[in-house]
Amino acid sequence: MSGDFHFQPEDRPRLDSKYLLRWEKSQDAYVLLYPEGVIKLNATAAEILKRCTGETTAANIAAELKALFVDNADIENSIYKFLEVTHGKGWIRR
Amino acid sequence: MAKDGSAVSLDGQGKPMWLVLELTYRCPLKCVWCNNPLDFDQYGKKELSTEEWKRILREGRELGALQLGFSGGEPMLRDDLEELVEEAERLGYYTNLITSGVGLTPERLKALKQAGLKQIQLSLQSANRSLTDELVGARAHDLKIEVARMIKAEGFPMVLNVPVFRQNIDQVDEILALAEDIGVDYLELANIQYYNWALLNRDELLPTREQIERAEAAVIAARQRPGQQMTIYFVIPDYYETRPKACMNGWGTIHLTIAPDGAALPCQEVRVIEGLEFPTVREHSLDWLWNDSPLFKKFRGDEWMKEPCRTCDEKEKDFGGCRCQAFLLTGDATNTDPACAKSPHHHVIEMAVNKAREKHHVPRPLVRRQIGAVTTVFMEHK
Ligand SMILES: C[S@@+](CC[C@H](N)C(=O)[O-])C[C@H]1O[C@@H](n2cnc3c(N)ncnc32)[C@H](O)[C@@H]1O
Ligand code: SF4
Ligand code: SF4
Repeated sequence: MSGDFHFQPEDRPRLDSKYLLRWEKSQDAYVLLYPEGVIKLNATAAEILKRCTGETTAANIAAELKALFVDNADIENSIYKFLEVTHGKGWIRR
Repeated sequence: MAKDGSAVSLDGQGKPMWLVLELTYRCPLKCVWCNNPLDFDQYGKKELSTEEWKRILREGRELGALQLGFSGGEPMLRDDLEELVEEAERLGYYTNLITSGVGLTPERLKALKQAGLKQIQLSLQSANRSLTDELVGARAHDLKIEVARMIKAEGFPMVLNVPVFRQNIDQVDEILALAEDIGVDYLELANIQYYNWALLNRDELLPTREQIERAEAAVIAARQRPGQQMTIYFVIPDYYETRPKACMNGWGTIHLTIAPDGAALPCQEVRVIEGLEFPTVREHSLDWLWNDSPLFKKFRGDEWMKEPCRTCDEKEKDFGGCRCQAFLLTGDATNTDPACAKSPHHHVIEMAVNKAREKHHVPRPLVRRQIGAVTTVFMEHK
C-alpha cells in the first residue's frame, strides 16, 4: 500500500480525524482508538504519532525523534518508513 | 524501533476492553433477522436508570474498558443518551453509537456531537426503498439515507452496517455505490448470524453459496477500484466455512455486554443457553461479574472443551467457536460449534445449507420482530 507513496521532509503529516491518540493508564501506554478498534503503541510509535498534528514537518519529527533516541543512527529512515506504512493503513494523512 | 508491525494490537490482558451497553430492547422497527431476544418485550420494566448506567460506565473504566458501544434495541429511544455519552467521554471512552437511525433528529445529532460522541454506526438494509421498508416492517429507507447524510455533514466518522441475507445479497453493487455516494468511512457487509429472530427465519434468510461468491467478487472488485477511500468489510456466514468464527475472541476475554436489565453477559446472545444464571449489576459489582461470576468463568480458557476441540491444534485460533450456536444446534453448549467440519454435528449445518440450495424452494413467510409474533413460555428455560 505504501509502495509508491513517500513523505517528503517538508510534508506535515497529521493524524486522520477518525483516530484518537491518548495515554491510557490501565495499559501504561499510548493507545490509538478508532471506530471498532484499539491499538496499543510502543514508545517510538507514540512519539512519532504525537507529532503528527499537521503542524510539524516530517524533517522536524525525524530530528526530534533522533534527539529522543540518540543511540540509533539510522532512525531517520525508519521514521520515514513508519510514516509511509501508517499512511498506507490510513492512520495519518499528508 | 519504528517499523511495520511496531504498533501491536491489544490482546486485552484479561480486561473487558469492549463494553457494549444495550440501553433498551425497545425498537420501532421489526427486522426479521434481529438478534435481540425473542422475549424482548419482557425487559421494558426492568431497564436500568440513568444513574445505574453511569455507575457501570465508571466501573467499566476502572476495569480497563476503552471502547464503548451504545446499542439496543434502539438506543435513540433513551432520552438520557446524550447525558450518558457526556459521562462516558468524561471518563475517557471512545464512544460509538449503534443505531437504526430512527429518532436521530438533527437536534439530537448536534447534541450528541456536543456531548463528544466519536463515531456512529448506522444500519441500512438495501439500496432500494421498497425493499428496505419491507424488510424492517416500516417506512424507514428514506429516513435512513437522510440520517446517513446528516451524520457525514456533522463530521462524524461513520460505519454503515448492512446485514446481509438472501433477500438483499444480490444488491451488493448498488449498496457499494450508495455508500460511496454518502461518503461512508467503513462499509460493513455482514452476513447475519443465526440467533433469535434470524434463527427463526433461517430457512428463508440463508443465501446460497453462489450468491455469496458473487457478492464477494463484487466486494473485491470495489476494493481494487482506484481512489477507493472506503474500507469495506465482508463477513462470510460461518455456515459456509468449514471452521467456526473465533466467537467474541474467546469467552470472557475482551467483550462485556450489559443487557437492558443490567445482566452482565460475555456476549449479547448468551441468554439462549439453558441452565446458566445471569446476575445483574443491581446485585453485584462489575468487577465481580467480570472476574469471578460463574457465568464468565464457565467457558473461559479451554478446560471445558470436549473432543474434537480438546486435542485440536486450532483451538487457540477459534476457541471451539460459539457456545450459543453449539447449544442451539446440538443441545449442549460444551460441544464443538457445529459450523466446524470436525464437529460430529456438522451435518445440521450442511442440511441448512442444502436447503438454501434447493431448486424447488417453497417460500415461507418471514416472522417479524414484534410483540406477540411468537410465544416463548413453553421454552423450558425462559
Ligand atoms: C441489534 S442492532 C441494535 C442497534 C440498532 N437497532 C440497529 O439496528 O442498528 C445492532 C447491530 O446488529 C446488526 N444485526 C441485527 N441482527 C443481526 C444478526 N442476526 N446478525 C448480525 N448482525 C445483526 C444490526 O444491523 C445492527 O448493526
Ligand atoms: S436490528 Fe432492527 S429490530 Fe433489531 S434492534 Fe436493530 S432496528 Fe430494531
Ligand atoms: S475442532 Fe474445535 S478447536 Fe478444532 S477447528 Fe473445530 S471448533 Fe476449532
